[in-house]
Parts: sequence; structure tokens; C-alpha cells
Amino acid sequence: MYLGILASHAQAPKTLPVTDSSSYQSRKLKVDEVNMVSAYYHQDGDHSAVTGGNGTENLTDFANTIELQLSNYSKGGRKNTFLFELGVDHYTSASSDKIDPNTISSASRQDTRIYPSLNWTTSNEKTGNALGFTGSYSHEFDYQSFGGGFNLTRTSKNKNTEFDLKLQAFLDTWQVILPIELRPPPYNQSPVGGGRGDKGLRGPLSYAPRNSFSSSFSLSQVINTRLQVLLIAEPSYQHGLLATKYQRDYFTDGSERAENLPDSRYKLPIAARVNYFLDDRYIIRAYYRYYMDNWGIRAHTAELEIPIKLSAFVSVSPFYRYNTQIGTRYFAPYGQHLASDTYYTSDYDLSSLHSNFLGTGIRISPPHGIFGWQSLNTLEIRYGHYIRSTDLTSNILTLNLKFK
Amino acid sequence: MREKNHRLCLLIGIIAVSCFSACVSVKPYQKNRLNDAEMELSARKSQKFEQSFQLYREGGSGANGGKSGGGCGCN
Repeated sequence: MYLGILASHAQAPKTLPVTDSSSYQSRKLKVDEVNMVSAYYHQDGDHSAVTGGNGTENLTDFANTIELQLSNYSKGGRKNTFLFELGVDHYTSASSDKIDPNTISSASRQDTRIYPSLNWTTSNEKTGNALGFTGSYSHEFDYQSFGGGFNLTRTSKNKNTEFDLKLQAFLDTWQVILPIELRPPPYNQSPVGGGRGDKGLRGPLSYAPRNSFSSSFSLSQVINTRLQVLLIAEPSYQHGLLATKYQRDYFTDGSERAENLPDSRYKLPIAARVNYFLDDRYIIRAYYRYYMDNWGIRAHTAELEIPIKLSAFVSVSPFYRYNTQIGTRYFAPYGQHLASDTYYTSDYDLSSLHSNFLGTGIRISPPHGIFGWQSLNTLEIRYGHYIRSTDLTSNILTLNLKFK
Repeated sequence: MREKNHRLCLLIGIIAVSCFSACVSVKPYQKNRLNDAEMELSARKSQKFEQSFQLYREGGSGANGGKSGGGCGCN
């Protein structure tokens, strides 16, 4: 009997040292989040820059992006986050079609832009500090862009203050396209048949660079349990072909030329964002920006959005945005440029104007997923109506699906 | 106009300083409201294309989480 008891104890499993499994960090790459954003945009107006500030601005744009966020942990416990984004926009523009008004439908009437990008960020989850790099590419039929970026985040010990730095560079190449009547012969003839195959007749093909360098400094601060603020400054510099050469300008002497603007531009926007959790139902999101550049543009932009929580999982967010700007010194309307002007544009986007943008969004994020589909975490629909003082109106409808 | 801009900058500075001086240390467990999805300090993902068209249709751009120029031609 004694031997039997001894034998049964001898077979008892060894007590393993207790390990804390809660701090387990997977080194395998896993999908954190997928965001799909689609928007339909339509505008109409009567001041197209392609036709010298006088003509239809009818334009539609169907834009889509898919954003995939993946992450894993390194041996040292740092988190690696990979953010891949692929965007595809397809637009049709009545004014671009007027580069050569004799064609039935020129290649410029519609186009597709494709723009992939990849960001890698490594972060320390304990301190909140992070740094990362971005590479991007964009392609349109007359425009190509290569981009690179660096981002750095520093967080205070109590995680109530965060500083972000972003540096970005875009090295772009633009194919110079002139209005057909301003091209040298024999390129000033419309292609036979008026079809889309006019690329070879644009003129002796020339390409011009446009390089953009921007930096972003932002500081976010938790003020109290309901209020947080963000201050941002984004100085940037552009150099190269900044004029759109297929945009026409008409002069007081009756002559016509292609748009001409300085080949460098400094921009300085400074902004503040304030978010306040008013009570259990209302939140206030406020934004203000002051903008200035060396072309003489000065702008004030203010935006107010008030998300209303209908339940813990559904919120409705009416918003209103107002923008007012003093236009560039190079702007003049149709036929009002002086022959002595060195730089000239009739692009109303750069003119003195004010605009109103208002609309609403709805966000649904139930705990068991949209329509019971657990992975579909959030659905957001947003509509906005835009009215610009230069007789341009537009509408935009956006759908955002978030999978987790 | 320049004097007006200076005054505005001064006003923003005063507001910013007074905001930051009014800060209280908020513990992680007190951040349930601040962590609400509607309280995110960045622009919404669904604002991405709104910012895009505003970048084209207005002279001012940047400092809103979107691009401030480069990477695309205008249409």
C-alpha cells in the first residue's frame, strides 16, 4: 500500500512556473484595421480657368481608397505598424475637354489617378514615442509623382501631451500641355476624327518638374477630462512648374496666352482644433486655420461640428465650414489682364472668395458589427453641400467602412 | 491688414497659453470621454475627399491632416 501511494505521487505532474501570458506580443503580422472610403463629388460653375475664367466648370469625381493597417512586435518589444493605402480616382471634366474644343472627346476629358503609398512606423507602446517613414507614388495621364516622408512622435510621461513632426517631399513631373491654338504648327491641328488619340499631337512633348517640400509640427494637449486641443503649423515650399499651362488668359489688348505663375511658392497654414465633450449626448469639434503664402493669398477657415450621440453606438454629426480668402495678386477675370503683366491667372480658385460648406454625417458602430457582421466595425456616411461666392456649387457624398 | 493679422496671432497665442496653463493631469482611467471615437483630434477618414476638393477649389490648404500640396495635378 505504501509503495502504491508513493507511486501515485511520483506520477503527479510537476508544478510549472507561473508565467504572465497577458504581456504576450505576437511577432506574426496581423491585420489591425481596414478602411474603405468612397466618395462621389459633383460640381458646376461658370468660371473655368481652362477657358480663361469664362465657361463651364462641370466636373464629377469618383474617388476610392482602401487602407490596410497591419502590425507586429519586434524581438525588443517595439510595435511595427504598416499602413498601406491604394487610391483610385476617376474624373470627368468638361473644362479639361476645352483644351482642344474641336475634339468630340479628348483624352483630357476624363482621367484616372492611381496612388499607392506605404508607411512603416515603429513605436514604443509604453512611452508612446514613435518614428516612421513613408513612400508614395501617384500617376495621372499627364502627371507623375514620387513622394517620401518621415514622421516622429514624442509623448509626455503622463501621455497628456504629444508632439508630432512630419516631413514630406513630392518630386513630381508634369507633361506640359498647351491649349491647342497656342501650340506651334503642326501641333495646332485637331486630330483627324476628333477622337481620343490626340496624345501625339500635343506638341513637342516636354516635361516640367514640380517639387513640393512640406513640414508639419503639431502639439496636442489634454486640458481636462472633457477637453483636448491641437495646434498645427505646416510650412511648405513648392518649386517648378506651378502654373497650369493649358489654362488660358485673355488680355485687355485682345491677346491670349497660357497661364503663367511664379516658379516658387511658400505656404504657411497655422491651425487649432478643440474638441469638447459637452455632456453624454453632445460633443463639440471646432477647427480654425489661418493661411498665408507669398502669392498674396490670405485665408481664414473655421469649422464647427457637433456630433450628437443618439445612443452609445449611433451618432449624427451636423457640420458647418466657412472659408474666406483674399486672392492672389496675379488674378484677374476674363479679358482684364494687362499686356505688361509678368504673371497672370484667371483661375477663380486663386481669386478673392468666400465659401460655405454644410452637411451632416452619421456614424454607426454597434458592438456586434454592422448588420451582425462582426468584422464590419463602423459605417459612416457623410454628405456636404458647398457654395462658393464665385457661383460655384458642389455636392459630395462619402461612405466609410471600417473593418476590424 | 498686417496689423489685424498680428492682433489675431496674438489672440490665438493668448488663448493657447491660457488653455495650456489650465491643464490638469488626467490619468488614463479618466480618459473614457477623451478616448471616444468622436473626440479624435485628427480629421475624420470620411473627410479625406472633402479636404481634397477644398485643396483644389480654394487657395489655402494644409494644417488639417490632409495634403498641403504636391503629389497630384489639379482637375
